[in-house]
Amino acid sequence: MIKVEGLTKAFRGQPVLRGVNLEIPTGSITVIIGRSGGGKSVFLKHLIGLLRPDAGHVIVDEQDVTALHGRALDQVRQRYGVVFQGGALFDSLTCAENVAFPLREKLGLPRAETVRRVDAALAQVSLEGAAGKYPAEISGGMRKRVAIARALVIEPQIIFFDEPTTGLDPILVNTIHRLILELHSRHHFTALIVSHEIPEIFEIADSVAMLADGRIIETGPPAAIQASRNPVVQKFIRGEPE
Amino acid sequence: MNGQLPLLLRPVERLGDGALSIVESLGRFGGFLGQAIGIMLTPPFKWRAFVDRINYIGFRSLLIILLTGAFTGMVLGLQLYLTLSRFGSEAFLGPAVALALIRELGPVLAALMVTGRAGSALTAELGIMRITEQIDALTVMALNPLRYLVVPSLLAGLVSFPLMTALFDTVGIFGGYLVGVKLLGLSEGTYFGEMQTFVHMDDIMMGFWKSALFGVVVTWVATYKGFNVGHGAEGVARATTQSVVLASVLILVWDYFLGSVLP
Ligand SMILES: Nc1ncnc2c1ncn2[C@@H]1O[C@H](COP(=O)(O)OP(=O)(O)OP(=O)(O)O)[C@@H](O)[C@H]1O
Ligand SMILES: [Mg+2]
Repeated sequence: MIKVEGLTKAFRGQPVLRGVNLEIPTGSITVIIGRSGGGKSVFLKHLIGLLRPDAGHVIVDEQDVTALHGRALDQVRQRYGVVFQGGALFDSLTCAENVAFPLREKLGLPRAETVRRVDAALAQVSLEGAAGKYPAEISGGMRKRVAIARALVIEPQIIFFDEPTTGLDPILVNTIHRLILELHSRHHFTALIVSHEIPEIFEIADSVAMLADGRIIETGPPAAIQASRNPVVQKFIRGEPE
Repeated sequence: MNGQLPLLLRPVERLGDGALSIVESLGRFGGFLGQAIGIMLTPPFKWRAFVDRINYIGFRSLLIILLTGAFTGMVLGLQLYLTLSRFGSEAFLGPAVALALIRELGPVLAALMVTGRAGSALTAELGIMRITEQIDALTVMALNPLRYLVVPSLLAGLVSFPLMTALFDTVGIFGGYLVGVKLLGLSEGTYFGEMQTFVHMDDIMMGFWKSALFGVVVTWVATYKGFNVGHGAEGVARATTQSVVLASVLILVWDYFLGSVLP
């Protein structure tokens, strides 16, 4: 279980998170929604230990990651798979090498096994043809999918996806969602997904949390969020302009 | 805090803040190297990245080293010949060229050339990796980015700078030979013979230590600036400029320092 308590962060005096509280049960898929610039990526970066909060805690299975450093933090990160909003592919490596990288460097798998897993991972995101291409030679949506393949290939226990499907066509959005569901039913990982895919994302979420004004203003199962009486939530999921 | 101090003391406070922030960034700069050395001493060692960096820093700088080395030697040959012939001692052209190159100009000019070619590129590459979150991606894979990106560069600098300096010196000595012997008519035996008499192992070791140290300084500055880049394309541009300027200044400062300390 991941427990976030009173997470607070300001950049140069500008508050972004003002005390975020959230519980992410082990094995569930939790989706974070909220306005662009609302602090979703900043929130995610606290959970993976890239940013340090001004106040508050992130507790992953009894361990407070905001207090961990160096090797102890790496121990926790061993279990993570992360997809950054921009993909963050290594641009000096081909797509196949990108996916192979964590297998080789983290798990130290033999060559044949690595090749087999990389091929399977790329096939899952329908990118068999892009294996030998460099990130600069493929489209933005293809890059996103390589990043997803790279995060899932090591079968992490906890996955953090920052807008994994933004910029993909509707068919691919559903393909990725189905892939996440399918892998989830097989490996039962804990997932935290930041997404703007409303309402599609509600179909795979166990619970949805809305981040607004630096706080989680509403959380619950998708149906409850959709039926929410909170006008801010309603306006957001209906996409009403201000 | 600021409001409580009397007006007169505020400039003093600001001065103190400035000094503190300089000390702080020096601490970070030193800490960066310390961390990298710590990782260097613990396995695993990334051989592939190391070979790649040797190619990046050393091999691809060969052409510019050959060119600048040759012309430096030729200029030295010409100028020293003109000067020495005024005292009637043009026989010492060989050792004069060799000593100038081996003790000073070889290590310094080779290092400056590689800074311009590879140091800047290294900073820009790491800077872009930083702003596109590739370094963060390594971090969250629980893989230490210093191990993959910094240690191989530092070691490649340590290994390839002395080699490139040796090449620079050799080509330069032949450049001096071309001008002094082939063009100005000094005898070949005098040029190389006197060189053997007057150039000692100490001189060569001095050049070696200097270049090895420059190799570490240049890659240290380049990787540090790349890792601590600001925001966006402008941040990368600024880091690249700072990296070249800082590395060049440090090369000259250390050159003077080592020249006065080493035998
Ligand atoms: N490193 C940083 N330094 C300063 N400010 C930052 C930094 N990172 C984020 N911010 C600020 O924090 C706020 C939240 O940014 P964040 O990237 O978390 O938004 P987001 O919710 O992920 O938006 P989007 O849906 O567009 O990705 C923004 O106003 C941004 O300017
Ligand atoms: Mg974001």
